[in-house]
Amino acid sequence: MRVTAPGTPLLSVRDLSVSFRTEAGLVRAVRSVSYDVAPGEVLGIVGESGSGKSVSSLAVMNLLPGHAEVTGSARLNGQELIGQSDDALSAVRGSRIAMVFQDPLSALTPVYTVGDQIAEAILVHETVSRGEAMRRAVDLLHTVGIPNAAQRATAFPHEFSGGMRQRVMIAMAIANRPSLIIADEPTTALDVTIQAQILDVLQTARRMTGAAIVLITHDLGVIAGIADRVSVMYAGTIVETGSVDDVFYRPRMPYTLGLLGSIPRADAGERQPLTPIEGTPPSLINLPTGCPFVPRCPMAQDICRREEPGLLPIAGREPADTQRAACHFKDDIEQRQLTSRDIFPAPLPSSDAVRSVPREQRQQMLVVQDLVKSYPQMKGAVLRRKVGEVRAVDGVSFDIREGETLGLVGESGCGKTTTIMEILNLGRPASGHIAVLGHDTARMSGAEKFGIRRDLQVVFQDPMASLDPRLPIGEILAEPLRAHGVAPERVSARVRELLTLVGLRAEHVNRYPAAFSGGQRQRIGIARALALEPKILVLDEPVSALDVSVRAGVINLLERLRDQLGLSYLFVAHDLAVVRHIGNRVAVMYLGRIIESGDVDEVFDRPAHPYTQALLSAIPLPDPHKERARVRIVLKGDLPSPANPPSGCRFRTRCQKFANELTEPQRQRCIDESPALLPRTGSPDHLDACHWATAVEVL
Amino acid sequence: MAAFLLRRLVYLLCLVVVSTSVAYLLAATQLRPRARYEGRNPPPPVAVVDARLDELNMNDKVPVLTRYRRWGAGLLRGDLGRTIDNQPVNAEIGRRMWVSLRLVVVGAVVGTLLGVAAGAYGAVKQYQLADRVLTVSSFVILSIPAVVLGVLFKNAGIGLNNALGFKLLYTTGELTPGMDPWSAAGLVNRFAHLVLPSLVLIVIAVAFYGRYQRNAMLDVLGSDFLRTARAKGLRRSQALIKHGLRTALIPMATFFAYEFALLFVGATFTERLFGWHGMGEYFVESVTKNDINSVAGVTLFVGVLVLIAGFLSDLAYAALDPRVRV
Ligand code: SF4
Ligand code: SF4
Repeated sequence: MRVTAPGTPLLSVRDLSVSFRTEAGLVRAVRSVSYDVAPGEVLGIVGESGSGKSVSSLAVMNLLPGHAEVTGSARLNGQELIGQSDDALSAVRGSRIAMVFQDPLSALTPVYTVGDQIAEAILVHETVSRGEAMRRAVDLLHTVGIPNAAQRATAFPHEFSGGMRQRVMIAMAIANRPSLIIADEPTTALDVTIQAQILDVLQTARRMTGAAIVLITHDLGVIAGIADRVSVMYAGTIVETGSVDDVFYRPRMPYTLGLLGSIPRADAGERQPLTPIEGTPPSLINLPTGCPFVPRCPMAQDICRREEPGLLPIAGREPADTQRAACHFKDDIEQRQLTSRDIFPAPLPSSDAVRSVPREQRQQMLVVQDLVKSYPQMKGAVLRRKVGEVRAVDGVSFDIREGETLGLVGESGCGKTTTIMEILNLGRPASGHIAVLGHDTARMSGAEKFGIRRDLQVVFQDPMASLDPRLPIGEILAEPLRAHGVAPERVSARVRELLTLVGLRAEHVNRYPAAFSGGQRQRIGIARALALEPKILVLDEPVSALDVSVRAGVINLLERLRDQLGLSYLFVAHDLAVVRHIGNRVAVMYLGRIIESGDVDEVFDRPAHPYTQALLSAIPLPDPHKERARVRIVLKGDLPSPANPPSGCRFRTRCQKFANELTEPQRQRCIDESPALLPRTGSPDHLDACHWATAVEVL
Repeated sequence: MAAFLLRRLVYLLCLVVVSTSVAYLLAATQLRPRARYEGRNPPPPVAVVDARLDELNMNDKVPVLTRYRRWGAGLLRGDLGRTIDNQPVNAEIGRRMWVSLRLVVVGAVVGTLLGVAAGAYGAVKQYQLADRVLTVSSFVILSIPAVVLGVLFKNAGIGLNNALGFKLLYTTGELTPGMDPWSAAGLVNRFAHLVLPSLVLIVIAVAFYGRYQRNAMLDVLGSDFLRTARAKGLRRSQALIKHGLRTALIPMATFFAYEFALLFVGATFTERLFGWHGMGEYFVESVTKNDINSVAGVTLFVGVLVLIAGFLSDLAYAALDPRVRV
C-alpha cells in the first residue's frame, strides 16, 4: 500500500490544455481543466462526444498522438507527469495508473493470447519468471469472472465475446495493483445486462486494489450508481463539478440541467416530455469568446457572449461545499431553484386522441403471426455444405394497432433486426404470416407491394449511411415523391413542407448531408420516410447513434409526428428507457422469441419474466439515491449460440430464477418444456413465456 | 489447420493447370514457328519444314487440341518438350533458373528487409523530414523505368572503375570466364559481378515495399491495441516492435511471397543489361523466336513458383495471425 497523507489528492490536474494542429485550424480539445482525485474515490467525468473527456485523460497518460500539444500540470502523488519522457512515464503507466478502454476488440492485440497479454503487463513492471506471470494472469482472469480461466488464457481475443474481452481489459488493468484506474467508456459498446456485469467487475476490482477510479462516460446513469463525485465537460472544459448528489439533484449550470432533463427514464411512471437542448455542441476550432454554451442556452444574456464564466462555488453555500458551476447565472438558478423544465422549453404533452379509443376497436396496422426466419449454417470454403440451421427468429407474433408504438426490445443477437427485415421485405416468410394494413404479404402482387411500400416506411440507425452524400437534401426528399408519381409541381412544395415538419429550415434544401449534424441528419431521414404520408413507420434504433442532448429532440419529434399524423410505429431499440418513454406497448425478445409483451407501464412496473426483470434491473438510472439502494440482478454468462439454443426454455442457462429459486422438479419442466407466450399474471393483455412467472417490481 | 492448407494446395494446383493451359493454347495459336523457316533463303521445302515442326510438336497444320494433348502427355512424364532450336526445355529452364535465383535472391531479400524497415520508420516519423525524404525518393525511383535505372547504375559502376584505375565491379555476366567458380577468388569475383545488378533490384524493392509497409504500419499505429500496450507500461518503441510490427506484417506476407515469385521473370531488364542469362531473358527470347514450348514452359515455371509462394504465404499468414487458424 502506498501511504498518502489524508486530504492529499492522489492525482492533481491543473490547467490542463490540449490542442491539435489540423488542416482546418487549431483544435482546442481541452481548455484549462483542473481536478483532483482523492485516493480510493470514484470520479465520474461525463460529456458528449467531442467534449474533451477522453482526451484530457489520455493527456495525463501521455498517450495522445505526437502532434498533440499538452500544457499544464498533472501530479500523481506529487510527481509531475506532463512533459516527462516516455521512459519515465512507462514506469508509471500500467503500474500506478492503469487504463480500461472502450471497444475491447480493437483494444487487444489480435495476434497474442489473452494470457500472454496480461502476463506482459506484469512482466514489464516486475522481474518474475514467465511461468509465474502466466500463473498470475490466470488468477486475474479468474478474479474478473472468466470461467475455465486456465484454459481460456490460451485463447485469442477474437475467441471472446465483447463482455469477456472487457473483463480481460480489467484483469490487465489491475495486474499491478494500481492506485488509479482510468476507465474510458468501459461499457459503451456493450448490451445492458453485460454492462451491469462489467460495472460489477469494476467494483470488485476497486475493492480488491483500493484504487481510485476515473470513470469517463456519456451515460449519466452509469455514473449515478458508483461515482462519489462528478465533473461535467462541455466544449473542452469542465462546466460543473461536485458530489454526485449535488450535481444530479441540484445542478446549477444550464447544460447539466438540460442534460439531466433530456434523458428518458425507465422508471418514469407518468410520462414527462423531455427537455431537448436545441442545436449542437460548438466546433472546437476558432471557438468564439464567451460561454461556449451560448448558442444553445435559453438563459444567455449579453455578458455570456462577452465573458466565459469561471468554474466557481455557488453563493450562500457552506464553505466546505465542493460544488462548482461555470455559469454567470448559477446563483440565480440556485436562488430560484430552477429546474430543466423552467429553463428549457419542453413541448406540450401530445394528445393521445387516437389512443383514447379502446385498443380492440382500433384498426390492426401490422400483424405478425408465428414468424420464422432461419439461415442455413454453412461449412467449408471450397465445397460449402449446409451443416445446420440458425433460427434467428423462431415463432414471433405481435400486432400494432392504429396510433400506437410497439417497442421491440432485446439485446444484440435476439432477432429483432431480422424480424423487421422480414417485415420490410414484404415477401412470403418461410413460415408464419405478415399482414400490413390487412393485406397478407405472401399473397401480394408486385403492384400491391409497391402500393403498400407507401404506407410502410423505415428510418435507420445511422443517418449518414442511409443518405446519399452526393445529393442535396431537397433531391433526397424528392426522390420517393417522384418514384411514386407525385405531380412535379407539387414536389418542391412538399419537400419544403417536410423540412418544416421535422424542424429543419426550408431554406436548407440545397445543402448536402455532410453539412448537417447527426441529429439533423436523422431528421432528414425521418422526413424522407414521411414523404409519402405513410401509416406505419419502422424505426430501427433511430436515436442510438445520437448524442444525449440531441437525442431528446428527435424523440420528442417522433412523438409529436405520431400523434399529429396518426402514425403507428414499430420501434426497435436496445435502450429500454427510450422505449418506456415513447412506447405504448412493448415486446421483449430473447434468442429469436418474444418472452414477454404487453402495455409498457404494465411490463415495466410488473415484469413477469425473469429475463425482463434482469434487463430492467440492469438499466442504470440517472438517480443516485435510487441507484445506490438498488439490488441488481446480474445475469450469468453470455447469450448462448442461436445455432444451438438450450432445450425447453431458452433462457434457462442464464435464468436467475432457475438457478436460485426453483425446486428440482420445477427445473425439470424448464428443461423439458418450452414455455408458451401466455397471460399468467392476471391481466389478459400481459403475456409472458415463463412456466413460473410472477410479477415483481424491479425499478 | 492441415485441412485448410490442403484445400489451399488443391485450389492453387487447379490455378496452375488452368493458367498453363491457357498460356499454351494462346502461344500455340498466336505464335508462328513456321515463319522461322519460311524466312530462310532459300526457303526449305514445305515437307521438310512440316517434318521438322512435327518433330517439335509445333506444326500449325496439326489441330491445336491434338498438339495440346501431346504436350500435356509429355508434361505428365515430366517432359516440357523441345525448344525451337531442338534443345530440351527442361535443360534450358534447369540451367537458367539457377542463374535467375543467384541474381535475384540477394536483391529480393535485402530489398524486402530494407523496405520493411524503411516503411516502418517512415510511418513512425510520419510527416517529419525523414518520412518526406523517403516518400519523395521512392516516388522518384518508382517513376524511373527499370532500364534507365539499370543504365544509371551500370554507368556509375564503370565510372567508379575508371576512377579507381582497376576493375572493382563487373558489369557483364556472373563470372569472369575461365575462373574456377568455387575457389575463393571465384567467389569474390562472383560477388563483384553481383553488386551492381543487386543494387538495382534493391533500390526498386525498397521503394516499392517501403510504400506498402508504410501504409500497413500507419493503420496499425493508430490502432487501439497499440495504445493498450503502452498503457500497460511498454515504451513506445517496445510497443511498436512487439505489437505493431507483427500485426502490420500480416497483410504484407502474401504480398512479399508473390512479388518474389514474379521477380524471377520480372527482372528481365536487369538480366539483359548486365548480361545474365536468366529466366527473364529466356521468356523474352522465346516469344521473339516464336518458341511455343519455351513460352509454355516458362509460364508453367512461373505458375509453380506462384503456387509455392501462395502456399508459403498461407503458412506465414497462419503463423502470424491466429484468426485464420480454425
Ligand atoms: S453563462 Fe450564460 S450562456 Fe453560459 S450557461 Fe450560463 S446563462 Fe447560459
Ligand atoms: S421457464 Fe424456467 S428457465 Fe425459463 S424463465 Fe421461467 S423459470 Fe427461468
